[in-house]
Amino acid sequence: MFELLLFNLRARGIKVGLMEWLRFLDGVERGLAVDLESLYRFGRAVLVHSEGQFDAWDVAFKATFEGVELPPEISDALRAWLSEAHDNVGPLEHIDMTDEELRRELMKRLAEQKERHDGGSRWVGTGGTSPFGHSGRADKGIRVEGSGGNRSAIAVAAERRWSDYRTDTRLQVRDFKVAMRALRNLVREGELELDLDGTIERTANNGGDIELDWRRRRDNRMRLLLLMDSGGSMSPHARLVSRLFTAASELKGFRSIDMFYFHNAPYGWLYKSYERWERTRIETLLSEWTPKHRVIFVGDASMAPYELFSPFGLARRDGGHSGLDWLQQIRLRCPASIWLNPDPQRWWDHPTVRAIGNMFPMFPLTVSGLRDGVRRLRVAA
Amino acid sequence: MDFDRFRGASRYIADDGLLADVNAAIALERPLLVRGEPGTGKTMLAHAVAEALGKPLMSWHIKSTTQAREGLYHYDVVERLNDSRFGSGDITDVRRYIKMGVLGRAFTAEAQVVLLIDEIDKADVEFPNDLLRELDEMAFTISELDETVSAVHRPITLITSNAEKELPDAFLRRCLFHYIAFPDRERLRRIVDAHLPELDQKLVDAAVERFYGLRRVEGLRKKPSTSELLDWLMVLARAGVRPADIARRLPFHGVLVKQERDIDLLRSRNVGIA
Repeated sequence: MFELLLFNLRARGIKVGLMEWLRFLDGVERGLAVDLESLYRFGRAVLVHSEGQFDAWDVAFKATFEGVELPPEISDALRAWLSEAHDNVGPLEHIDMTDEELRRELMKRLAEQKERHDGGSRWVGTGGTSPFGHSGRADKGIRVEGSGGNRSAIAVAAERRWSDYRTDTRLQVRDFKVAMRALRNLVREGELELDLDGTIERTANNGGDIELDWRRRRDNRMRLLLLMDSGGSMSPHARLVSRLFTAASELKGFRSIDMFYFHNAPYGWLYKSYERWERTRIETLLSEWTPKHRVIFVGDASMAPYELFSPFGLARRDGGHSGLDWLQQIRLRCPASIWLNPDPQRWWDHPTVRAIGNMFPMFPLTVSGLRDGVRRLRVAA
Repeated sequence: MDFDRFRGASRYIADDGLLADVNAAIALERPLLVRGEPGTGKTMLAHAVAEALGKPLMSWHIKSTTQAREGLYHYDVVERLNDSRFGSGDITDVRRYIKMGVLGRAFTAEAQVVLLIDEIDKADVEFPNDLLRELDEMAFTISELDETVSAVHRPITLITSNAEKELPDAFLRRCLFHYIAFPDRERLRRIVDAHLPELDQKLVDAAVERFYGLRRVEGLRKKPSTSELLDWLMVLARAGVRPADIARRLPFHGVLVKQERDIDLLRSRNVGIA
């Protein structure tokens, strides 16, 4: 049954590694999880590393253990584990009990714990006699906080009270900032500074005669370009996009962050501001940009096909290039580029979205989408 | 043999889940990563654990410039250079110039200690990765001496983070994780009572009401936190503010809300800031 939990977790996007999984089993074996409630809590502490995934954990946990009957104190999983562990002998060889006896003993102990718990506290697994561990490590135990309470772990899981923390729906400025900060790339390319340690080291090696050592300061070399679609179909996403831009403008320490607008697709020009008609030719910009620039496009990528594919569409002024051609040129100049799409993924099956998606790795405009995109940009260096 | 368990401390109101996670981390001998909004008592937790277990606390406060090595040891080349120039010490004994950092001291302490690595997300993104081996094996090498320092007693390690930066996966996999959610009313009342037991209950009720109201205001950059509520209550009590006075107005709002933009926002929302 624990394999089912593992399966459900992975299906929900919680990437449980072998190390954590073994630690989880080890903890269960040592009596850190003795009922569904402690299993819920202990499992989450070991297997989930971010509050953003607590909701996924709730869903996976419920899917795994819902409907598990038996006495409320003990889960099927524990029973299954018990008999399995016993079948596999090895560590449990020294315990001279049958499965049934073992189970009865566990029940008894849990029952006892519950009674005593009302009066104060009672530790499960103290005294070194618990058969639920092995090699003498079983004597370690833990207090079961509030066990036997009136709310079952399933009920807690079903409440889904962590759903506000989900990163695939959460969209605050701060979250965006955190995700983008991962783009930082510190390299020793800055101004020269005195390397004190190096100087002293060299001076000491030099018999005490001062010998100076210089090195470059660590600088963030990351240059970021944000190119945003401000077309009409983007207006429902205006608030979301403005949060992304607020986040980007508040980022510190990047070598440069530039933002431009376009309408549906770029046609020859990129705009600093539409209201003030402040714009620059893309050719000029391309000569300034380097392959080291990271480009993040933000747009729904959906428009009438001629607006993307036709050189004549809205692109009369630029001498016959289509919107897609311009995108391609930017892509060729700055290969490290991604596209963030605020539309739900189920809408992406649209000719212009597909065409742009073939050119740029496309991610949903959510915190996790941005995070995945940023990871892609880092690698693309 | 039993391991030490944490049951909460005199002034620290932990929920059951937190107690259990701390105990699980102690039992599994893994670091516990504690994350949560500022002011939810992450740092206080380490103090409470140390107090409750009667173990010394060693804190390592991380800054943006902190390097992993600083926590292990420091090779004082300046002093050695000084000694070599002025002949004031035995410079052939490198050991004299090796000073242990917080981690080094925690590893070599004679009894188990509680180790707090505070605000790990303040440092460079690579910082946690530089500590992987040290936290895994609780050991590190002093290259100048070619010696390995291993923990005599694995410290109970608590790591706090405000989630300002993403922490690397490899690091997360090595920790147990606990998220301190913002306290609900009932727990908040218990926290207030633990810190300020003398206060007029009506004043506390009214203040807590206003406090949650402020936290609900959409668009606030920095929501007031528990510690700010405690400060505010203290100020209110000292100034002799009556419960009825804070129903409409928000006296001493500067204690709760500190950013100019937030204050402007609240002014526009008519919450009683003059």
